[in-house]
Amino acid sequence: MKFLSKFYVGIIYAFLYLPIAVLIVFSFNDAKSRTVFTDFTFKWYEKLFTNDIILGAFANTLFVALVAGICAVVLGTFAAIGINAMNQKLQGLLLNITYLPMINPDIITGVSLMLLFVFIRMELGFTSLILAHITFNVPIVIFNVLPKLRQLDRNIYNAALDLGCNPTQAFRKVVLPEIMPGIAAGFLLSITYSFDDFAVSFFTSAADSQTLSVVIYSMVRMKVSPEINALSTIMFVVVLFILLLVNINGARKDRKSSKLNIAKGEG
Amino acid sequence: MKKIFTLCLAIIMVAISSVSAFGYYSEAEGYSTEVEDYDYYQKFQGQGIEIDVYNWGEYVANDSVNFLDVNEDFEALTGIKVNYTLFSSNEELYTKLRSGGTNYDVIVPSDYMIGKMINEGMLQKLDFENIPNYKYIDQKYKNENFDPNNEYSVPMYWGVVGIIYNTTMVDEEDLTGWNILWNEKYADNMLMFSNSRDAFALSLLDLGYDFNTTDQMEIEEAAGHLRAQKPLVQAYVMDEIYDKMEGGEAAVAPYYNGDAVLMMDVNEDLDFFIPENTSIFIDSMCIPTGAKNKEAAEMYINYMCESTVAAANSYYVGYSTPHMGAMELLDEELVENEIAYPDDELIGSLDALLTLPAETSAFTDKLWTDIMAQGSSSVVFQTIFLIAVVLIYFVFKIIDKHIKKRRMSYY
Repeated sequence: MKFLSKFYVGIIYAFLYLPIAVLIVFSFNDAKSRTVFTDFTFKWYEKLFTNDIILGAFANTLFVALVAGICAVVLGTFAAIGINAMNQKLQGLLLNITYLPMINPDIITGVSLMLLFVFIRMELGFTSLILAHITFNVPIVIFNVLPKLRQLDRNIYNAALDLGCNPTQAFRKVVLPEIMPGIAAGFLLSITYSFDDFAVSFFTSAADSQTLSVVIYSMVRMKVSPEINALSTIMFVVVLFILLLVNINGARKDRKSSKLNIAKGEG
Repeated sequence: MKKIFTLCLAIIMVAISSVSAFGYYSEAEGYSTEVEDYDYYQKFQGQGIEIDVYNWGEYVANDSVNFLDVNEDFEALTGIKVNYTLFSSNEELYTKLRSGGTNYDVIVPSDYMIGKMINEGMLQKLDFENIPNYKYIDQKYKNENFDPNNEYSVPMYWGVVGIIYNTTMVDEEDLTGWNILWNEKYADNMLMFSNSRDAFALSLLDLGYDFNTTDQMEIEEAAGHLRAQKPLVQAYVMDEIYDKMEGGEAAVAPYYNGDAVLMMDVNEDLDFFIPENTSIFIDSMCIPTGAKNKEAAEMYINYMCESTVAAANSYYVGYSTPHMGAMELLDEELVENEIAYPDDELIGSLDALLTLPAETSAFTDKLWTDIMAQGSSSVVFQTIFLIAVVLIYFVFKIIDKHIKKRRMSYY
């Protein structure tokens, strides 16, 4: 039984990480092949850093993800606060409306946004691309912030008002710190979604604003360049590094607070 | 949490600034290619003009380390900024242009798409006064059926369909024509095009018909022929062919000669065979109707037809060039390679695939869907599905038992 459960977990993680491992290994492959490993090399990394097309697309992607993420966080947070203050019926209705774009397949979102932009005679480009990304990011932020707001004790806010805060101060000093984890999660998820997105970006971008996913997809005919493997490897390592930092930091904090608690308990 | 948040932000910021430091539109000091007429390229210098180019992914030399980054070089030479964007299929290009949201100045569609776009008024006639280097394009690739009067397009790459095969697995004697793709000896060792147009073209060729036919009887016969082939086919693929052939997982497959040369570099056992009745493809540079800077676009096309540039492109991409000046600059070994540059007589006689009338293409697509739907591959899927269901059932049972046990132990 124990063996079986270990085996099961092993398979799951193999499924998750083997593809990434293969990708990393082949970023060091001398030939352009994805099946035959000929020789170890760093040349794809060198080429990557001189490849304007890939780097440009990467910069575009980061830019769009960040701007869309920040806008979505502001919009989404206020929307969540508004929704939270509504009565049950209205809340249910609005939540359903918010769910809809999330369930909607990306390709439909993409095509309909493009049709909208063309209809209102807006030229496609960075503006349309960022607007599109904000559109699918806002619901993500709302659904990350809302639970935090629900956990929040309304009385704390009222207490702040009683103690002399005006509503803005109360929001900034009391509500915002409490819901901050939700906002941060929403922001990071938005960025991830923006990075991942192909369908919407494909339909709403133009000549000056192609994102990384669109560029990678365009390589299908001539075979995806190993430079993409190199870039993916770098991104994976950076994300891994950030995660490690966060976890180490978190663990240290936990230890500190538990020590504090013990000290208090004994004292 | 706040700290983490700021940390992430900081890292992202650093990443962005370093990317832009590498010079997204970097200040290339000077241009490095030899051009025929330097003065011609100075016309738009300092006017802040931009052109939007829409091309296939990985389709121009883009490696400033080893030889040339074409777009950067063009920017340095002319002062025109190139917004370079990529697509992966003709249909994608068509959709984007049709949707009307964007305009492009230079596009690179394939033969049949050029024909379709000309018919629908989506392309402009080129002013060849502005493209003097057109003279370098070999006569063989002009007057093709999609642009019979050479008014709209300037060829950039070309290739022919043939059969790539593994010499250790295939008898050379069997290589008499397309019929090797129906040879039962290679059952389960054969790959086939996964799109209907190319697959039907091969089937029609093997039956001795014209691949641009609109005759329903002939098309139905071709469908029957493909149905007969299906049990022999290991997989229907597009670019996965690289992995399968390089890895020796399959013995024969139809594909383009340019790709074959690249595959043969990786796996020495591979070779390429070109049947006499085959089709040619030509990807050409065109200017769509909505172009904002037609003259600058023509300058870009002319630049692409500089011998050095065309040679760098062809070398980088691996596809054959129609440019005579470029051929002189390329490795002799490559130019004399019968696979990359088959003999003139053959090339002159070949036709390109045309866009079929809507009716015919709908008919073909329907037949193709039927062929793909029926047959043996679904058996594998069904077994996997069945096994999965059984497995899930057992897993649930085990979990259920586990939970019950736990509950018991509480009492």
